[in-house]
Amino acid sequence: MAIIRGKVWKFGDDIDTDRIIPARYLNTSDPEKLAEHCMEDADPDFPKKVSKGDIIVAGKNFGSGSSREHAPIAIKAAGVAAVIAKSFARIFYRNSFNTGLLILEAPEAVDGIEEGDIIEIDTKAGTIKNTRTGITYKANPIPPFMEELLEAGGLMEYIKKKYNLGGK
Amino acid sequence: MGMTITEKILADHAGKKSVEPGELITVKVDIALGNDVTAPIAIRKFKELGAKQVFDVNRVVLVPDHFTPNKDILSATQAKILRDFAREYGITHYFELGEVGIEHVLLPEQGIVLPGDLVIGADSHTCTYGALGAFSTGVGSTDLAAAWVTGEIWLRVPESIKFVYHGKRNRWVTGKDLILYTIGKIGVDGALYKAMEFRGPVIEELPMSDRFTMANMAVEAGAKNGIIPPDEITLEFIKNRAKRSYKLYYSDSDAKYSEVIDIDVTEIEPQVALPHLPENTKNVREVSHIEIDQVFIGSCTNGRLEDLRIAAKILKGKKKKKYLRLIVIPATPTIYRQALKEGIIEILTEAGAVIGPPTCGPCLGGHMGVLAKGERALATTNRNFVGRMGHPESEVYLASPAVAAASAITGRITHPDEVYQGED
Ligand code: SF4
Repeated sequence: MAIIRGKVWKFGDDIDTDRIIPARYLNTSDPEKLAEHCMEDADPDFPKKVSKGDIIVAGKNFGSGSSREHAPIAIKAAGVAAVIAKSFARIFYRNSFNTGLLILEAPEAVDGIEEGDIIEIDTKAGTIKNTRTGITYKANPIPPFMEELLEAGGLMEYIKKKYNLGGK
Repeated sequence: MGMTITEKILADHAGKKSVEPGELITVKVDIALGNDVTAPIAIRKFKELGAKQVFDVNRVVLVPDHFTPNKDILSATQAKILRDFAREYGITHYFELGEVGIEHVLLPEQGIVLPGDLVIGADSHTCTYGALGAFSTGVGSTDLAAAWVTGEIWLRVPESIKFVYHGKRNRWVTGKDLILYTIGKIGVDGALYKAMEFRGPVIEELPMSDRFTMANMAVEAGAKNGIIPPDEITLEFIKNRAKRSYKLYYSDSDAKYSEVIDIDVTEIEPQVALPHLPENTKNVREVSHIEIDQVFIGSCTNGRLEDLRIAAKILKGKKKKKYLRLIVIPATPTIYRQALKEGIIEILTEAGAVIGPPTCGPCLGGHMGVLAKGERALATTNRNFVGRMGHPESEVYLASPAVAAASAITGRITHPDEVYQGED
């Protein structure tokens, strides 16, 4: 799937992992249960409003704070197709790749997109088009090693291959 | 070209002569840690990988510290996943209730982490061990599972920022105040993806407890790791704890830094970080009108014996303010026992404190002191994000144990000088 089209929910700077999935719900790691509280402390209605295929657009330092993989898991399980931000916190960035959540760093796109816009992400070309304004933005390129990981099907598959593991 | 301490540890663990910032490397892992929140996912992934054993039963560490003593059925189920895994795979360093403490205080205390180690943990405050002159950083559960299988992890070599602290520390100014001040200066993404190297004469004088506090909060500036070169104080700390060999690394004098930040501590007063970001720092006196409902002294940032001693010194013979809740949680059972021996627990409970068992508890709004809507806490923890200690409309103010103890007496944010006139 090269083109992802979705409606935008917009958030500000420094959205930390406690807002993405509050620690009080971390007594489980069930994706469906986590999704029920996704982004709850940033917008209490978000779990109700969000529909499958929507896209989160946010400011700088998205996913700061804890190392909980529950954060990208909750976003993905809530049906969000991608997160675009001006920058990502380090561990969240890694975790998103490892859990298969599509994330794009694109500062200019963030400034040019508003809540409710319909945007199109071309994952191959690394571009983001705002259908309201007609403007297309380029996302920052993915580091080559990350691309290798993605091609292998994520870290798990990469490790399985490299170490000749059976696994399921 | 010289290398920084961070680069040297990474190069050695990658089996290379040298590394440069930006380089992607695969490194050998000395310790790989998970807790009751992150390990259940890692264990699931580990099993999916189909591995028969962990890379080394002495180097995988499991610490059920967040929701223990089990808060509810869900938490009990998570803790059980760790226990079962530890049994099945023969993990040496698994800590059951009674032995368990907050991971980042427990591991150095037990001599599990040593200078020169490369440590990864599925917990962002894994960066704490940098205080021992180790490279340590937080990762997610999938990365942890992969490391349990392979004994390795891929990392990007970070640029280093050198922070040089000099001048004379004012009374009550601790490692907590230095790091809060620093985050206030550079912001919560001021060191994003980078290493924070803490140096200078002020750091050289700091006891280990304060050094741990500083390295602990490196992640609050977005850093990959925080690190302090080992010295006499470090060696004294590990003397009776180390049960295996370790290595001391030092930055070369011609090592390259992306930035050098000079901090004259003479100007620094005790700090408070206002909601909802650790960078919202102020001098205590600027905010001493703010009333609070709860004081929490504990966590991997400031739940050490030294922290409890300061609190007891200020609270001795005094009472907490009426209607205020004072919660104190020694970070490990060893600290708890020592605090009992020294009479600290008695002083604190006489002042009206309630003492909790070693756990993360209220730090993450988990249990044992959760805030109601509209309530305000002053905590010695590291994060004051929205909803961190309870209701999304509650507030958390971060400060040192001295400020916390003083504030418990008056019921508002208070400079320790206001309530304590004794000698040091
Ligand atoms: S005490 Fe708080 S910050 Fe430290 S590990 Fe526990 S929850 Fe995390």
